[in-house]
Amino acid sequence: MKTQSSFQHRQGIELVVAVLEEPIARSLLALFLALAVVFLVMPVLGANPLGAYSSLFAGAFGSKQAIGETSLAMTPLLISSLGFALAYKCGLFNIGLEGQIQVGAVAAAFVGYSIHGLPSAVHLPLALAASLAAGAIWGLGPAILKARFGIHEVISTIMMNYIAFKLSAYMVSVQGPMKDRLDLMPASPVIESSAKLARIMGGTRLTWGIAIALVAAFLVWFLLSKTRLGYKLRVVGQNHFAAEVGGIRASHYYVIAMMLSAGLGGLAGGVETLGVHYRLLASFSPGYGFDAIAVSLLGGLHPLYIIVSSFIFGALRSGAILMQAKEGMSKDIVQVISTVIIFVMSMADPLGRLIKRRIGLKTNA
Amino acid sequence: MRGIVKRFPGVLANDDVDLEVTSGEVHCLLGENGAGKTTLMNVLYGLYSRDRGEICVDGSPVEFKGPSDAIRHGIGMVHQHFMLVPVFSVVDNIVLGSEPTRGGFIDRDRARREILALSREYNLPVDLDAQVRDISVGMQQRAEILKLLYRGARIMILDEPTAVLTPKEVDELFKIICALKSSGCTIVFITHKLREVMEFSDRVSVLRRGRRVATLETANTDAAELVKMMVGREVVAHVEKSDRVPGRVVARVDEVTAKNQRQLPALRGLSFQVSEGEIVGIAGVEGNGQNELAEILTGHRKPTSGKVTLQGRDMTGRSPKEFLRAGVAYIPADRLRDGLIAEFALFENTTLGYQDSLPFAKGVRLDQGEERLFCEQIVKEFEIKATSTSVPSGLLSGGNQQKLIIGRELRRDPRLLVAVQPTRGLDVGAIEYVHSQLIRAREEGKAVILISLELNEILSLSDRILVMYEGRIAGEFTSAEASREELGLCMAGGRASQ
Repeated sequence: MKTQSSFQHRQGIELVVAVLEEPIARSLLALFLALAVVFLVMPVLGANPLGAYSSLFAGAFGSKQAIGETSLAMTPLLISSLGFALAYKCGLFNIGLEGQIQVGAVAAAFVGYSIHGLPSAVHLPLALAASLAAGAIWGLGPAILKARFGIHEVISTIMMNYIAFKLSAYMVSVQGPMKDRLDLMPASPVIESSAKLARIMGGTRLTWGIAIALVAAFLVWFLLSKTRLGYKLRVVGQNHFAAEVGGIRASHYYVIAMMLSAGLGGLAGGVETLGVHYRLLASFSPGYGFDAIAVSLLGGLHPLYIIVSSFIFGALRSGAILMQAKEGMSKDIVQVISTVIIFVMSMADPLGRLIKRRIGLKTNA
Repeated sequence: MRGIVKRFPGVLANDDVDLEVTSGEVHCLLGENGAGKTTLMNVLYGLYSRDRGEICVDGSPVEFKGPSDAIRHGIGMVHQHFMLVPVFSVVDNIVLGSEPTRGGFIDRDRARREILALSREYNLPVDLDAQVRDISVGMQQRAEILKLLYRGARIMILDEPTAVLTPKEVDELFKIICALKSSGCTIVFITHKLREVMEFSDRVSVLRRGRRVATLETANTDAAELVKMMVGREVVAHVEKSDRVPGRVVARVDEVTAKNQRQLPALRGLSFQVSEGEIVGIAGVEGNGQNELAEILTGHRKPTSGKVTLQGRDMTGRSPKEFLRAGVAYIPADRLRDGLIAEFALFENTTLGYQDSLPFAKGVRLDQGEERLFCEQIVKEFEIKATSTSVPSGLLSGGNQQKLIIGRELRRDPRLLVAVQPTRGLDVGAIEYVHSQLIRAREEGKAVILISLELNEILSLSDRILVMYEGRIAGEFTSAEASREELGLCMAGGRASQ
């Protein structure tokens, strides 16, 4: 009897370790735990968790419009999460995506309203390119500091975030250079229609932005797993000593990876500006750049899995609005979900190792 | 200490070692790298648990669960790498862990007074208020010793204390040791430098391959005898090697000087050359500039002066990539740090260094089919035991990992092969294999530089042997004329004056 139960006990532990080590199972566990934690917290906050979750679900998937909103919210998340994953694969922690989104939005809006009379086929790509370039330039500073002086990118990108927030707020402040004088709102003039991203699904606000995001996911996947550049970025990310021995200058690739990552952040801001707001709005982003970390980790840092995880986060964001309206549960509860996900995902590896050491499990090829 | 046995996975670090240290003596623990000196002392200090044997202090058996138990019995240890907090002041570092307090606050005045008294008594000048990161290594060492005295240690273990010191600091350290001894402290001094043993120890215990060879009164022995004991008299393994005359010069190093990581001189005017079909063995005790030399030869370190030439081309100051292109292959000492990417599949590891060349590079793409094909060839040719080319290289055994690196590097068809400690941590079979591959490279007319701490390896493979001591070539031997004793003496600086 005793041995039977201890055997089962051991099997149970081995299962837990297996779940922690298997990327997809681990992500599902993180998502489940996050939803469970929030489920338990909701009654404390005076909400009915069942009702809240069902309206969350309905708000995210209940109608064609709901799915449209989910995909719309998914778009900037997907693009910026790809940016996070790309930098991460090169051993960089780009926590500056939120700021890069802001400067991308500034650049896209400026190109969008200040240039007139261009055909859409030129104007739109130009505005998108401007957002990408602005983001990349915003990432250049931290990249060079890292490559030349070894200054940690987490510090410098956080600092760059504050500069970006103030910069975009200044642009549309009362005396700001991009302020629309005819509007009381802190916003820039509306962009030309030739710079707008067209709607893609009737009856919803979903635009071609989602297509851009999906293409970006494919391109980042291709870059990382099929190209020489991707190989070098990954070698540097895993072992920069070995990279040098293989003739790969790590510092060069830090710069390249950070600029690509930040460029994707800028593009996320550009797509959001050109497809949803049509102008630069102060504080238009509800923290896509920070959510990108959770989305990226939930997607196991794999560009194609990130499509799925960003869809889930998009659903949480869009569903939360209905949940707030119907159940009175603040939509900010979504932040708790993303925090728990980051927590579980970052705990999974050390926890798995710890358990293994405790029970003396060996892994072999 | 009686009958100490300590086993690590795959290594028997201490094999039934007895050691008796009498009160008030300076006892040297002498042996080559990996002889088990530090392990033995870590067992005594309570850092490692022993597999067998017993430890007695003042005649009664003790059981240390950790260093704090050892300290309570008056045993302290200064590690080779200091355990100080760089941003704390010297005072704070010394009292850390046993701070005198008053009302719950650290009583810094009392700490200063007590430390100052100790520092005067034992003549250990330190700048009490300076941050540790700003003071010299010698002063850091004095701070470590003060830390032990502050805790009341009477038996002090110093692990290769001179390895990081400048000659002047070494002299100061010797004075300190004399002062400690005359005040009744017992000192165990780990070293592999003969000069130090002869200069000031009372007794010396020689360890070799985890076993104690002998314990002697220093006055009754001499350097030559100690060298013999230290390196042993094992028969050098015979390796089949054809007689061949070296061909054209492949690499030349002219009067190269270079600094190490700590910006101290590591190479002090070093010159030699290596030719086609020749294995040049570089012998020496660890830390005499061998690593820096390897980095110079592969472009990973820039010389501060002097010239590096490859096949007549000046390569001074070029990048690692250019050295690769010029036909230099590199087997680094630390294969997991520098040689492999543990998380990457075998086939991604064999691509390293080839990522920009045919047939792998196809436009922007990397051809995975070619990568796998190449890896399969290496796995087959170099007899690597792996279930597939997709397994992470970190899961291979050390020997197979090394074969993977050697395969990758020899497939480059290099002109010069720089192999650093290529058999470290490998089992006998793998060692033989690695040796055979180095010989093969020689037979194929490649120039080989073998940097190793294993004298046997150097002796059995090399055509010529250079001994490095303090950043210079202290001696050159042909394989025929070299004897272990001569080499050992030269390595220990015994002929440094020549």
